[in-house]
Amino acid sequence: MKARMRTTVVLAAATLLLSSCGGGGEDAPGAGNTEGAISVFNTEPENPLVPGNTTEFGGGQVMDAMFTGLIDYDQQTTEVKNAVADSITDVDSKVYTFKLKPGWKFHDGTDVKAKNFVDAWNWTAYGPNATQGAPFFSDIQGYDEVNPADPDGKSGPQQAPQPTTDKMSGLKVIDDTTFEVTLKNSSPVFKVKLGYEVYSPLPDSFFADKAAFEAKPIGNGPFKFVSRQVGTDVKLTRFDEYAGMDKPKFKDLTFRVYQSREAAYPDLVGNQLDFIEELPPNALAGQQHKTDLGDRVVERDSLINQTLAFPLYEEKYKNPDLRKAISMAINREEITTRIYEGSRQPADGLVHPLLKGYQKGQCGELCTFNPEKAREYLAKSGFTGTLKIISNSDGGHSEWATAAANSIKNTLGIECVFEPATSLGEFREKINAREMTDMYRAGWVADYPSIENFLNPIYRTGASSNDGEYSNPEVDAKLAAADTAPSEEESIKLYLEAEKMILNDMPFVPLWTQNTIGGKSDRLSSAKLSAFRKLDLTSVEVA
Amino acid sequence: MGRYVLRRLLQMVPVFLGTTFGIYLLVWALPGDPFAGKCGERDCPDAFVAAMNEKYNLDDTIFVQYGKYLWNLLRGDFGETFSGVPVSELIANSYPVTLRLALVALAIEALIGVTAGVVTGLRRRGFLDSLVLVSTLFLISIPVFVTGYVLQLLLGLEWGIINPTVSSKAGFGELIVPGFVLASLSMAYVARLTRASIAETRRADYVRTAVAKGLPQSRVVGVHMLRNAALPVITFLGTDLGAFMGGAIVTEGIFNIPGIGGLIFKSIQSKEGATVTGLVVLLVLVYLVMNLLVDLLYGVLDPRIRYD
Repeated sequence: MKARMRTTVVLAAATLLLSSCGGGGEDAPGAGNTEGAISVFNTEPENPLVPGNTTEFGGGQVMDAMFTGLIDYDQQTTEVKNAVADSITDVDSKVYTFKLKPGWKFHDGTDVKAKNFVDAWNWTAYGPNATQGAPFFSDIQGYDEVNPADPDGKSGPQQAPQPTTDKMSGLKVIDDTTFEVTLKNSSPVFKVKLGYEVYSPLPDSFFADKAAFEAKPIGNGPFKFVSRQVGTDVKLTRFDEYAGMDKPKFKDLTFRVYQSREAAYPDLVGNQLDFIEELPPNALAGQQHKTDLGDRVVERDSLINQTLAFPLYEEKYKNPDLRKAISMAINREEITTRIYEGSRQPADGLVHPLLKGYQKGQCGELCTFNPEKAREYLAKSGFTGTLKIISNSDGGHSEWATAAANSIKNTLGIECVFEPATSLGEFREKINAREMTDMYRAGWVADYPSIENFLNPIYRTGASSNDGEYSNPEVDAKLAAADTAPSEEESIKLYLEAEKMILNDMPFVPLWTQNTIGGKSDRLSSAKLSAFRKLDLTSVEVA
Repeated sequence: MGRYVLRRLLQMVPVFLGTTFGIYLLVWALPGDPFAGKCGERDCPDAFVAAMNEKYNLDDTIFVQYGKYLWNLLRGDFGETFSGVPVSELIANSYPVTLRLALVALAIEALIGVTAGVVTGLRRRGFLDSLVLVSTLFLISIPVFVTGYVLQLLLGLEWGIINPTVSSKAGFGELIVPGFVLASLSMAYVARLTRASIAETRRADYVRTAVAKGLPQSRVVGVHMLRNAALPVITFLGTDLGAFMGGAIVTEGIFNIPGIGGLIFKSIQSKEGATVTGLVVLLVLVYLVMNLLVDLLYGVLDPRIRYD
């Protein structure tokens, strides 16, 4: 009896001890714990941690927290606001002058000067450095000299010629806080791009010792680097001298690498992990996540759309009437409510509704489910045969692709099936090699919040992501006019006209825009997603 | 004995070369361009792809590539992944974890399996015997991922006894449940193997002699019977350690253990030949060494077996 008494006492003491070392101590309710630590889901960064070389999710999350560029985007409204830049002036949107705010510092204590931007941009654009971010500098005068094109494409035997210089002629340091950028052509959208992390400044120490920098990156953002264990985590902590407006309300940030979202999900449910920005498909199936997480689900619309692309180099798809028939045969309403229960919205154009300048109903009846009209167009095209939708089946794509294929089949009365590709790599490779024999999944995640980013890279003749080989000289001319318009309003108007023209050719079928569904632990009293499908670090409050 | 070991060690060289080349060839023969999906929905810049091809000698023939790789390997250089992380660092991070997991699994398997086997082998057709037979049949028939998810759900999320996934330190304590999951199938085999072996040796002449001499039960079972009955079990356990080292992909995936299973899987997907080969090289070595150890143990356990 006595012995039993003693064990209960010990147990009670142990639970007391345990409960006091969890969480972050006793804070007044509502104040939040400003010294808290949070952990966020991440994938393994695919490249060395240098902002100009990071264009994928895993490295991008880390770089986002560690660097701040000339401008920043409001994480919720995608609005552009100045960050390191004090003022941005331009002449005809061709020559930009950037004045920097004083008082910005790198994590090693050195000042952020104009040359830190210019040197970083030159380094990233320089061909032999082989960065992923180089193409983002192609608007700047002198880019072709530092990054000459490979004469016979990358698959050809010839190597790209050695650049004649490693400095772009369009970049000029005026003094410590001013620099000037001259573009090849005027471009009102250029200043909107600058919040993307490839445009971040780099400290002098980077150029002195690149290897040391990669092992311990030094940025100028709200968080500084603590340590990294490859394949496991990246640890950051708040940078107290951060000069930006949006100071974080917590202290330590750990990006934890998981082998998959599926593996991370149980940790989120069990409150071992504080945030996943996108839940795995198996958690969303049958609304399982609502049972598991309840009010810990975090959801919002994000700058991403899904489309079906046509390989216009294939004879089969050259007839626009067939393409329009396919578009009108897909019941977007039904698929988005049935499969996604409202977490995706049918698209009525190519431009995302969140963007400045978006106009409703650009696609009109061409993107509305209309079986009769669809059959009429099919008859007009004279097409007989079978259709396929090709997509990689991982990432939860097989469900909608099957549904869309069935929708086309039942409406048009011709055979249409979903054909899964073995992997994303193989799928992308076929697209790049122009070996797609049938329509395939395509989509776009915004690099920067601009109407231009949803049109130029995809629909211009020969553009970097125009994989279907769509080409319409009138559209090109309209886009060029929009790119070089003297004012933003003017350029938006021209972009919208171009959008209408593109939709009339139907080179891609707009399907839907996507909500991102993530989740948070009960330790966070507040955590929002940004429009860019990432955790909005400024919104995080630890309970 | 010494000459035998030396001969076995020399035999490892061609096996080692053959397997590594085979693996290298297989990774290379996979469909898909390693840089096709690397830059999201857009193509990678030409300069980047060219630099990568240069760095990994992807423009050479596969034989030249392998030759260069092996030359570096012999100098102790495992190469780098596409993201510029030294493969040796990946190995140093993940190997100890997987080794710990394999040892935990092996300990669980040996302890529970052998105990159950000995007990049932001595008392056949009792209640306990039927119980072990039914439960091992049950374990053999459920796939590993089911065991894993069920235990994770019950112990981790419903009852909160363990964390649903293993932390980055992956200490021995945390690995008990994953180890049990990993060992569950082999545990059943070990129990049945031991049971059959023990049942067989019970009728052997030397056991009858030992009992007639009046030796205590514990000594008869522990020394005379187990030593002989252990031979097939030891063989099984030895090869199993090798299998645990390489085949823990599913278990490591469920519990998010930062071991080599998931690493190999990911590297195969992204066609990182150097990483896959580097990891498998060590797996092959583990297999070869384990086999040699098992063979040498035979001689220790059964004096009738002689090596020369």
